Amino acid sequence: MSERARRTLIAWAFCAPFVALFATFGVWPVLSSLSMSVTDITARDIRTPFSVDFVGLAHYTELFGDPTFLRAALNTLYFVAVGIPLTMIIALALAVALNSGIQRAKGFFRVAYFAPVVTSIVAIAVVWRYLYEPDGMINSVLAVVGIHGPDWLNDPNWSMPALILMAVWRHFGIPMVIFLAGLQSIPEDLLEAARVDGATRRRAFRSITLPLLRPTTLVVAVLLSIGYLQFFEEPFVMTSGGPLDSTTSISYYAYEQFGFGNYGMASAASYVLVAAIALLSLLQFRIFRAKA
Amino acid sequence: MTTTTASTAAAASGLSAHRPVRPARIMLYGALTLGLLATLAPFAWMFLGSVKPTGEIVAHPSVWLPRSPTLGNFEQLLSKQNFAVYFFNSTLVAVTCVAGNLLFCSMAGYAFAKMEFAGKRLLFGLVLTMLIVPGVTTFVPLFVLVSNMGLSNSYLGLILPFLVTPLGVFLMRQFIRDIPDSLVEAARLDGARETRIFLRVIVPLCRPPLATLAILTFLGQWNNFLWPLVIAQTEDRYTLPVALALFSVGANGTNYGLLLAGAVTVVTPIVLLFLFLQKQFIQGIANTGLK
Repeated sequence: MSERARRTLIAWAFCAPFVALFATFGVWPVLSSLSMSVTDITARDIRTPFSVDFVGLAHYTELFGDPTFLRAALNTLYFVAVGIPLTMIIALALAVALNSGIQRAKGFFRVAYFAPVVTSIVAIAVVWRYLYEPDGMINSVLAVVGIHGPDWLNDPNWSMPALILMAVWRHFGIPMVIFLAGLQSIPEDLLEAARVDGATRRRAFRSITLPLLRPTTLVVAVLLSIGYLQFFEEPFVMTSGGPLDSTTSISYYAYEQFGFGNYGMASAASYVLVAAIALLSLLQFRIFRAKA
Repeated sequence: MTTTTASTAAAASGLSAHRPVRPARIMLYGALTLGLLATLAPFAWMFLGSVKPTGEIVAHPSVWLPRSPTLGNFEQLLSKQNFAVYFFNSTLVAVTCVAGNLLFCSMAGYAFAKMEFAGKRLLFGLVLTMLIVPGVTTFVPLFVLVSNMGLSNSYLGLILPFLVTPLGVFLMRQFIRDIPDSLVEAARLDGARETRIFLRVIVPLCRPPLATLAILTFLGQWNNFLWPLVIAQTEDRYTLPVALALFSVGANGTNYGLLLAGAVTVVTPIVLLFLFLQKQFIQGIANTGLK
């Protein structure tokens, strides 16, 4: 055996357990999902998944003719369009605050602010469902400042804001620490120089800090998009997609279709999500690269 | 006078206090503390609520501190809802997946980082692509596959799909790539076999990424929901989040005492772990930038 063949063999031996599991439970299902989305496979075909018929793009046309799916797509877009900027603004504001010379308490604040990230979304959703009761904690706090809070989870106009608020609470910790790392990599003398030249803090932030944070911002935006587009546990535990489909998401729709046994439809819906994630990631790379 | 105005403006813009200006600093701490209270309030509500009797939980106006604290909710949880079983299942799944990821992903990561072989680029490209594929895309075919393997409602069915992750390989490869080639080459010249180099040279140097990977895997599996929801069909195979979610949308939806106690059971172990290992948690997540 040649030296090269021997090396390849050894390398593949090291990869073997990973490749076997990754191919079977990672790559195969992704390809299989794509092919399922163009067949009429249902729960009844589970033992004979190769005997199903090709239906072309029928599921996709059906999806885009289904008001529930359109509503789900719209809700997902709403969640992403409001949730991501809100999460990023809060995360950046906190990172800037923590980075501005409060050395002693920085570690403490960082840990405490990060705590929601590690908690189970299901447990959190259970707790927040209780906080959002018409007479729950959130409305009690609002009442203190004279605001009569809505029936958050039962009012179709307020159900999405309620879920977005909870998602922002849970997720801002990750972008916060990424921004913090980004801020710490900005050379202090650059900001000093700007100050010497008479720039205000606000000006220095806009003209120096923000542009230098662009790569960090891109990472954060892409990560949040991938995460937020998969919006699922919150409606599952808190609203069952309601009221009036106001919190159904694409993932939730796919899960429902799976529950009905419509495996083809579920796969098609999930591929719309794959396309959205790919598209949004690409778009963000374009935008941020163009500006940089 | 000028200083005061400047510092107030700075505080308002959220960019205060490189210089020790008192009012700005106080405002900054004030804002951070307020934010902290808002962030931690749901936790406080959860822990306090879990030891309140039902009457106090639904009381109007609501009360923060339990007047007659009780462990009744937890007793009910353990006896009637079998939370000990779900706790065991969650732990078993998480620990097994941690072990699998540590071993198999570091092996593959070593090959990707320090060996040349046919098919490497294609394989690594696949790993990178799979990093962004959402879980909802794979669960239907995965369910069909695992069912046909006769593994639905089994521990193997819960574990196998997460025994390795593309993130794990990616993490390990990135770290091992930065280990100097000369170390590996020297060992090779000394006649060491690859297994020996891996075990004696690479693994001992890999403590930081292995710790990160262990934490991320444990966190991910402890909180994993969709897959266990799909594959666990009887209560003796439920993991904690599945049990909690199904009880909360079921008939127990109004029994908040029980649900809060359940939430505490799910959240406490991972929060304790976080408090012990917070540096590694935060560093790990910041480094990978992934959940």
